[in-house]
Amino acid sequence: MQGGRLQAAGAHILAIAASLIMFVPVYLIGVNALKSRAQASSMGLEFPTELNWENFLVAIEKGKLASGFINSVLYSSLSTIIGTFIAAMAAFVLSRRRTRMNRFLYLFLIMGIALPINFFTLTTIMQVTHLINTRTGMVVLYSAMQVPFAVFLIYGFVESIPRELDEAAIIDGCGPFQLFFRIILPLLTPVLVTVGILNFLGTWNDFLFPLYYLSSSANWPMTLSVYNFFGQYQQSWNLVSADILLTVVPVIVVYLAGQRFILSGLTSGSVKG
Amino acid sequence: MSSSRYPVYFVLPAIALYIIFFIIPSISGIAYSFTDWSSYSDEINYVGWQNFQKIFSPSERYLTYIWNTLVFTGLTIVLKTVFGLGLALLLNEGVRRFVNLYRVLIYLPAILPTLVVALIFRSILNPATGLLNNVLRFVGLDALALRWLVDPHIAMLSVVAVDTWKGIGYIMVILLAGLQTIPRDYYEAAQIDGANAWSRFRYITLPLLMPAIMVVTVLNVLYGLRVFDIVYALTNGGPGYATEVISTEIFKAFSKGQYGLGTAVSSILFVILLVAGYFVIRLLERDRNKEEAS
Repeated sequence: MQGGRLQAAGAHILAIAASLIMFVPVYLIGVNALKSRAQASSMGLEFPTELNWENFLVAIEKGKLASGFINSVLYSSLSTIIGTFIAAMAAFVLSRRRTRMNRFLYLFLIMGIALPINFFTLTTIMQVTHLINTRTGMVVLYSAMQVPFAVFLIYGFVESIPRELDEAAIIDGCGPFQLFFRIILPLLTPVLVTVGILNFLGTWNDFLFPLYYLSSSANWPMTLSVYNFFGQYQQSWNLVSADILLTVVPVIVVYLAGQRFILSGLTSGSVKG
Repeated sequence: MSSSRYPVYFVLPAIALYIIFFIIPSISGIAYSFTDWSSYSDEINYVGWQNFQKIFSPSERYLTYIWNTLVFTGLTIVLKTVFGLGLALLLNEGVRRFVNLYRVLIYLPAILPTLVVALIFRSILNPATGLLNNVLRFVGLDALALRWLVDPHIAMLSVVAVDTWKGIGYIMVILLAGLQTIPRDYYEAAQIDGANAWSRFRYITLPLLMPAIMVVTVLNVLYGLRVFDIVYALTNGGPGYATEVISTEIFKAFSKGQYGLGTAVSSILFVILLVAGYFVIRLLERDRNKEEAS
């Protein structure tokens, strides 16, 4: 099996090459974040000759990363909790009670996966509801935007929970709230984790809503802070790298911790086994 | 009976948020498309089809922006699907070990903020000091060291390439899951019948993978038509108008206070995606119904 082994080696070389190409930009950010300004000017692959840890301090201070981090955590976690939760309630009822009306509501909701947002008229809504340029406004907007995809994923999962459980719970005297919170919600945990991670990362990475609706920098999430920092320090790639690195570290941590759920969520929504 | 068990008010919070922040803006946006709504005046007047006439007039640039969006969408669909499929096949059949490690690394760009990816590539693609041109010069390919994001003739291709780099992992993961559902016996039977690698791919893999390829394609269509972040942060539509797409133009109209015109552009995008969305939902739901039946 000489040929087979050679083929396997070739396949590994290709896979390693592909992985390296995908990893290079993250690596670049990692090494350049520690360089001096002069050494980082070409964003090269070489290791830093001296370790400039103070780059991070400058980035945190000048880039307003502390408040950016708090805002990002606030927006991502609160909207993920609210969005996933209300989507689960809706998906549960829509999936269990298949009336014509509910079928329509379900399709109407998941249509949002495809639709674009009209930022002009949404501005008016944000002004009327006094949500524009506020942290609450961001949380509410992100919660709303997560609903269509979350309903779609959870709806499919509810079908896999036997209805006999509902019957048994009702006979035992559960009301609809108890049924949902004590019986159904715990069984939905796998899909809720998947939806939650995807929504969290999606919100953390977004900068469209802040770009349109947050004028005061005190409310900016990390993405918008980074973009603004880049505008000011374009010539100092060491500082920009440090700033970027601090922004993506939380994303990479969540990704590595939850990659099993992320990958399963992507496929359960789209490919059937 | 079941109404008390599965009360309608469970659906209300989701529907209410969705209608207030999604549907009402979209529908009222269509109405405002026929006005001269702007930030300069408190008055809003009905102007008929004027905004649309402007958008579809050959003397304006809007048709170019729509064309650019379609070019971006078409190219990214083809590139992401071809490369994504190649990598999925590699991980499914080529390598036996470290599959998960490769998968995690190849998917990594997909979870990074688009904005950050764009900033990093602005450095990598810098004509004078960027990593890409330095490497090309180092290996003697000076002729290939182009002015990636600065030359209007290739700027769009550069944007497409960066977006492809970022999106391949996502497409690969979906196609890989699709490949894993194809029973191994099919290949073994074909091999016994003397089918070579190409015909096994052509007559087994490709037809059975078609549903996954369809899903990937619609996802790429929806993404491509709405693309904003990567273009905004890489080139902001430049140089000139070479990479201007619908969503970056919408943001510019917003910044300039041309609300009536901008909402008309938005509404055109809305109608296009409404049609696309109809097919997407039919596709997703057809798969789901098939699964229920089996």
